[in-house]
Amino acid sequence: MIKLTEKPIDIQRVIDTASSLGAGAVNVFIGTVRNNAQGKTVLWLEYEAYETMAVAEIRKIIDTASHRWPLLGWGVSHRIGTLRPGETSVVVAVSTPHRKDSFEACQFIIDTLKANAPIWKKEVFEDGEEWVSARPEMAIKE
Amino acid sequence: MKYRIKTFGVTREIIGDREKVIETNGQTVAALRKALHQQYPELTGLRSLLIAVNNEYAEDTTELQESDEIGLIPPVSGG
Repeated sequence: MIKLTEKPIDIQRVIDTASSLGAGAVNVFIGTVRNNAQGKTVLWLEYEAYETMAVAEIRKIIDTASHRWPLLGWGVSHRIGTLRPGETSVVVAVSTPHRKDSFEACQFIIDTLKANAPIWKKEVFEDGEEWVSARPEMAIKE
Repeated sequence: MKYRIKTFGVTREIIGDREKVIETNGQTVAALRKALHQQYPELTGLRSLLIAVNNEYAEDTTELQESDEIGLIPPVSGG
């Protein structure tokens, strides 16, 4: 399951999709919207995705993970649209026979998704808004 | 050459449209990037600008066809 959705993520459904009777572990990563960034209060985030490519990239990531760890099941769901602090932005779930692999595979998938998937978030503050990581940080002049 | 590009994130705001036709002096991704920088200098202030061709990240040397789906990929921040 690779899903991009504007609706709140059904976390249990992702877990159920990832689960397997042969697994001794299901590992779940839940990404949540933080209420602060750069010392300021975040009002909300806007997420955007190049949907066809995001699904393709996530599929590649799962493929890589399946070759490195004995995945028995997996599921990824990412939210797009407007999200408020406390909401869930992404869920990654994997199941493996033994737990060590489940921790490693889950971390690999979310870390690589964050590095490669064509998905973007914009932080909205009281005094402005900013696409995360889009521009080099301003050098602090003395 | 003329190529239709899809814009995302900050590039959508800079270019002002979800899709745009860009005229270039060449057929490579590098030529497209050069044309984009000339027409939209604000793009040069971004930390990075990758270009996707048919839903895959492309190298600067990749040759473009007019029928290709081309996407501008500013720094990603999913998750």
